[in-house]
Amino acid sequence: MAAKVGVLALQGDVREHAAALTELGAHPVDVRRPGDLGGIDALVLPGGESTTMSLLLESAELFEPVARRLAEGMPAFGTCAGMILLARDVVGGRPDQRTFGAVDITVRRNAFGRQVDSFETALEVPDLGQPPVDAVFIRAPVVERVGPEVEVLAKVGGAPVLCRQGPVLVAAFHPELSRDLRVHALFLGDL
Amino acid sequence: MASDTPGTTGTDRVKRGLAEMLRGGVIMDVVDADQARIAEDAGAVAVMALERVPADIRRDGGVARMSDPALIEGIKAAVTIPVMAKARIGHFAEAQVLESLGVDYIDESEVLTPADELHHIDKWPFTVPFVCGATNLGEALRRISEGAAMIRSKGEAGTGDVSHAVRHLRLIRGDIRRITMADAAELYGWAKTLQAPVGLVREIAETAKLPVPLFCAGGIATPADAALVMQLGAEAVFVGSGIFKSENPRATAGAIVEATTHHTDAAIVAKVSRGLGGAMRGQDAGSVDLRLAERGW
Repeated sequence: MAAKVGVLALQGDVREHAAALTELGAHPVDVRRPGDLGGIDALVLPGGESTTMSLLLESAELFEPVARRLAEGMPAFGTCAGMILLARDVVGGRPDQRTFGAVDITVRRNAFGRQVDSFETALEVPDLGQPPVDAVFIRAPVVERVGPEVEVLAKVGGAPVLCRQGPVLVAAFHPELSRDLRVHALFLGDL
Repeated sequence: MASDTPGTTGTDRVKRGLAEMLRGGVIMDVVDADQARIAEDAGAVAVMALERVPADIRRDGGVARMSDPALIEGIKAAVTIPVMAKARIGHFAEAQVLESLGVDYIDESEVLTPADELHHIDKWPFTVPFVCGATNLGEALRRISEGAAMIRSKGEAGTGDVSHAVRHLRLIRGDIRRITMADAAELYGWAKTLQAPVGLVREIAETAKLPVPLFCAGGIATPADAALVMQLGAEAVFVGSGIFKSENPRATAGAIVEATTHHTDAAIVAKVSRGLGGAMRGQDAGSVDLRLAERGW
């Protein structure tokens, strides 16, 4: 049976993730309320504004149940803001910004600069072979510290941009925007 | 710095990509750093930095121009979310200044007094993305052909009356639906009627949506207004005067954020609407002398 993959649908590019998952044969489900978490096998945290999503996670009473599922080992994939939400520590965020700490990394928000510095590049990901991954970075976070349990799968200018710890994958870029489905496939392959 | 960036900046995907990231969110007009912090605390996905909200521009009259760079820089320093700013229609020199300040999006806006009676800014040469207003699909496609990476309805800014934003959204979305039913020959007729490039019309026929995100602006004053326009197909909302002209800006801002996310859940919209205090007083958009939406072509 197709894996039921929740997509956190509070804000951001939810539709693009859902389209990528559908194309790969998974069954995406929008997650807005705690009841939406029932029966999902994995969760995608999309790109968007991490400060907004943090607030909405609290007000929708989703933070604790998602944290619980992650602690139980639910696979998760976060891009950009999703990466920030899954990180252990955030620099340059708001002091009240809570994260799930599912990946032992420290990220700095918007560290590649402002929107005029947003970029796209051909990203070498050895695990995914050739050609390089078509990667779009939008006001992207930078990983400043990587814990011992974390695998770094790709780097830009020495900074990790694709990391994995157990069942949790995080990307500083947006594979859902470029429609290079190999990163989503890598995540689904672990399910 | 752009020159040190490890890749290609200013591409279509990068410009439209930031708009995609703002989807499902609320962009709030703010006139100083304090308001910007209130907006961010309430969950805004971005702020629009300007000297006067549209309701005050309407009241004060005179020529409305780009804001003082010091004001924009103060707001940029106060928040971590994207900061937008407005340039006059056709005023590419104001846009160049805003780009040099590092704003994240430029709104080529009818709320300011137009600087060119015939031409909008050629937006392609810029690295910074632009959002433009539209009252119908033809106007939206002309702005996209000039390089706009996001379209918003114009509505009638500064009135607190959502009816014109609803009209503009319905016109844009209705024509998109009709185009998807047209045959290949009819698409040329649509391009002629809309005064828009046939390539863009064809793209709409294939995808059933605009090539860039469609947001709503102009007259949104309550959580229910946000829920209305989101259900009509807006992908995010701009709130101008509606927040800081309300009785309780902090609560109104948070409530509109919640209603935008949970726009199909009436129980949540009801919950956040309760006890908010007065919305901005506003005025009937049909009764105003200065029709901002008629600026631009």
